[in-house]
Amino acid sequence: MSNMPAKQILMGINGDEAVAYAAKHALVDVCAAYPITPQTIIVEKFAEFVANGEVETEFVRVESEHSALSACLGASAAGARTFTASAANGIELMHEVIFLTSSIRQPVVMAVADRSPSGPINIHGDQTVSLAQRDTGWIMMYCENSQEAYDSTLQAFRIGEHPDVQLPVMTMLDGFVLTHTLENVYLLDETDAHKFVGRREPMMITIDGKQVPLKLDPKTPITIGPLQLFDYYMESKLQHSEAMEKARPVISQINNEWAELTGRKYGDGYLQPFKVNDADAVIVTSGSSAGTARFVTRQLRAQGKKVGLLKLRTFRPFPDKKLAKLLADVPVVGIFERTHTTGSLGGPLFNEIRSALYDHDPRPIILGYYGGLGGRDVTPEHFKSIYKELLKIKDTGKAPRYPIKYITVRK
Amino acid sequence: MTVTTRSSSDYRHPILEYIRQDRLPHIFCSACGIGTVLQAFANALRSLNFDMDRLVVISGIGCTGRASGYFESDSYHTTHGRAIAFATGVKVANPNLKPVVISGDGDLFAIGGNHFIHAARRNVDMLVLCVNNFNYGMTGGQMGPTTPDSAITVTSPDGNIEHPFNLVSVAAASGAVFVARWTALHARRLTKSLEKALQKKGFKFIEVVSPCPTLYDRYNRHGSGLDVMKRYREISVIRNFTDPMKAEIDYRTRIVCGEFVDTEKPEFTDLLASQAAELQKR
Repeated sequence: MSNMPAKQILMGINGDEAVAYAAKHALVDVCAAYPITPQTIIVEKFAEFVANGEVETEFVRVESEHSALSACLGASAAGARTFTASAANGIELMHEVIFLTSSIRQPVVMAVADRSPSGPINIHGDQTVSLAQRDTGWIMMYCENSQEAYDSTLQAFRIGEHPDVQLPVMTMLDGFVLTHTLENVYLLDETDAHKFVGRREPMMITIDGKQVPLKLDPKTPITIGPLQLFDYYMESKLQHSEAMEKARPVISQINNEWAELTGRKYGDGYLQPFKVNDADAVIVTSGSSAGTARFVTRQLRAQGKKVGLLKLRTFRPFPDKKLAKLLADVPVVGIFERTHTTGSLGGPLFNEIRSALYDHDPRPIILGYYGGLGGRDVTPEHFKSIYKELLKIKDTGKAPRYPIKYITVRK
Repeated sequence: MTVTTRSSSDYRHPILEYIRQDRLPHIFCSACGIGTVLQAFANALRSLNFDMDRLVVISGIGCTGRASGYFESDSYHTTHGRAIAFATGVKVANPNLKPVVISGDGDLFAIGGNHFIHAARRNVDMLVLCVNNFNYGMTGGQMGPTTPDSAITVTSPDGNIEHPFNLVSVAAASGAVFVARWTALHARRLTKSLEKALQKKGFKFIEVVSPCPTLYDRYNRHGSGLDVMKRYREISVIRNFTDPMKAEIDYRTRIVCGEFVDTEKPEFTDLLASQAAELQKR
């Protein structure tokens, strides 16, 4: 405990409960949610806090996910700190409002218990649905374990509500692997958590030369979300992009602040490299798979194999430059994603990472792997086989003709 | 004298031919009302000698949502809330088919509520069979649009403060041509209503009040599934053609059952066809 500056409480909880505790510690004003597996425990646990009077949150049990995020958006526009959680089909149903929330710059925080999209109907985990939100303009962070789910969810409020940023944040935790699995999680003392997260301050905007808060307040009436056509729409998009750029230093800064407070640090807030420097082959992955891959990396290193792991924690804003710096000199890179895309050369992680490395000469040989879809187990054996293939490519210098593979699939 | 003995394998359950036996055993909890409802539905099909080639069983998500997987007919398991919209598409594309939507209160009246009122308003020919257990069972017992006042669920551990829907009243107000309510106790009357509804054209709605001994009834200390059925017997009264607005549903006092609406009005796909024929004549 010596490296832990703040007093912390160790609890045996699952990922969903860790998120619920983060929402509790974040002094959320309004929470609106709808039940969906595997997110349900977050909302149930939170309902318990409400019932016990442990939080002052207005909790609305709405009739669908579309209503959940719409209610959060309304509450946020009125100045409240808001939180919701969902999964899979819930996120897909919200899609309209997901765009809306970021476009009108409301820092809602949403936990996503990552589950495969229908159909075929499936309730188990993969990251296809959350990665499909990549163009919605939210800050997106993937969690490796329940501890990170607690940490990232609390950080999300600070990042999203930062005066330079004012953007919504989604934190992803893999369905069942994290949401339903018991882990030891360190929670901050509530007073310390409250001090860290503070209260939401509305963004100030200038209207007719006067500074007014960007919130629905009868004292300073404004309209939020009016029609913008070819006259202003593009300028709004540019502002949105600028806000996302401004989030870059904030994510690192909050990550550092968190490290000082708790002793836990997630790389530079974006990427967590493990034995990447001198590696012949590196696997890049995100979420709970990173834990399994790290275990294998450690094993192979002990056998003298020069392998490394790069965990992608923050997907939006995408750390393209940081990533290129870490990977440019690696001979072979394998990208493992629990996502599925059809009709394109590889999934979102593969495409973005390959694109980030395009300007480098020489570039690594880059391969993409689809796996763990619909909750199929991702085991150490899978990563061993990927490393084996990557190292063989390094030795022979021969890249496969088609860079995308499915692992553990029946033909 | 010869004695013939018959083993149990010589007996065949009368509804087996309507069920996908390879899907058994089913997933429903013991003492859940869904089994009774599905059996009543199968019995209604049997007594009508219903043309199974015309039947399409469609369900949404949830415990009752699993119904579509158990019938030996065309079936579709849609996403949460979309069963009625899907059924509308089925009916419009092939008006010869008979869509039957079997789903729960949460699926049909929360996330799918909009589809319900509009399909009823249009009078699309389908039967909607709703198993009402007052909570979201599949996800672990959260409160929903039918959860009674002050009832305990995992998302209302301090008692529900929201006003619930009276489903038969919603159905009647939205324009359904046949509206009935029974409890899982009324298996025979339910079967008769199902027979009637299956032969009638237009948007038909039957609500079946069902025990949820694993979640809702346990949280609210209603006792075992059998206790809940006994309670249904004590408090349910049959009032056919009573005003659905006044058909109260209160576990503490009274559950009004019966057939409340049985009326006629032009059906949507018929209207579509006649308008199309009319337009082509021009």
